[in-house]
Amino acid sequence: MNTLEILFFALSAFAIVSAIMVLVSKNPIHSVLWLILVFFAISGHYILLNAQFLAIVNIIVYAGAIMVLFLFVIMLMNVKNEKEPQKKLLTKFIGVISGGSLLVLLISLVKQTSQLQGKQVLMKEGTIGLIHPLGKALFNDYVLPFEISSVLFLSAMVGAVIIGKK
Amino acid sequence: MPIQYYIFFCLTLFSIGMIGVLTRRNAIIVFMCVELMLNAVNLLLVAFSKMHYGAALQLAPSTTAGIDAQIFVFFIMVVAAAEVSVGLAIIVMMYRNTHSVDINFLNRLKN
Repeated sequence: MNTLEILFFALSAFAIVSAIMVLVSKNPIHSVLWLILVFFAISGHYILLNAQFLAIVNIIVYAGAIMVLFLFVIMLMNVKNEKEPQKKLLTKFIGVISGGSLLVLLISLVKQTSQLQGKQVLMKEGTIGLIHPLGKALFNDYVLPFEISSVLFLSAMVGAVIIGKK
Repeated sequence: MPIQYYIFFCLTLFSIGMIGVLTRRNAIIVFMCVELMLNAVNLLLVAFSKMHYGAALQLAPSTTAGIDAQIFVFFIMVVAAAEVSVGLAIIVMMYRNTHSVDINFLNRLKN
């Protein structure tokens, strides 16, 4: 087992445990903090895949901006955690069963698929994840979606302000 | 690293997010679980991009195959940021009207 595999399994176990803790935590603030740890683990996976730009953007946008927004809203609302009503135990059980059966079904499908047998993911090498090729592709082939996304941001900003002001 | 490992890991994260959406009643936690599912899909896109890049690299050394997936992930992050801002504004408005973030208050959208 080389270093990459050890790092892969360690990051995966860390991400899965943190993701489960997101669900289990009673306090929403603890959930947000666990989710930030999941995002850091996923950024570690991006670095293992040498997608450096996405790793940094993931930390800045998700762990930085979006999670701070979540924390801000939770602290603004001052939700008491004992006030949160729980779903019925039967509903929770059915939810876990259906999610688990989806997981088992998809894993068995992936195991049977012959197109994926023996395909390797190139780790630690390759230049397509760096800023230089990504920027070239973004501003040559994808410049129209890039500009449209700025319009999307403008409309989201206006929408958030209008919804929040009511 | 075989692609199956990445698929299994991302499927696990996706299923955990789905279980969270199905079992929690706090709207903010449900929203966070949706973010978790989005991130699992992002990681899978990057893994597939590196898989195709590794296959194309043996034919041509200066290929940029698979770069589209990473641009897609970038745009997914952009759209997710916009979605979160609007969604949290809706949750704040709902909290102001009902003084609760319980999603069962939203089971009837009329009135």
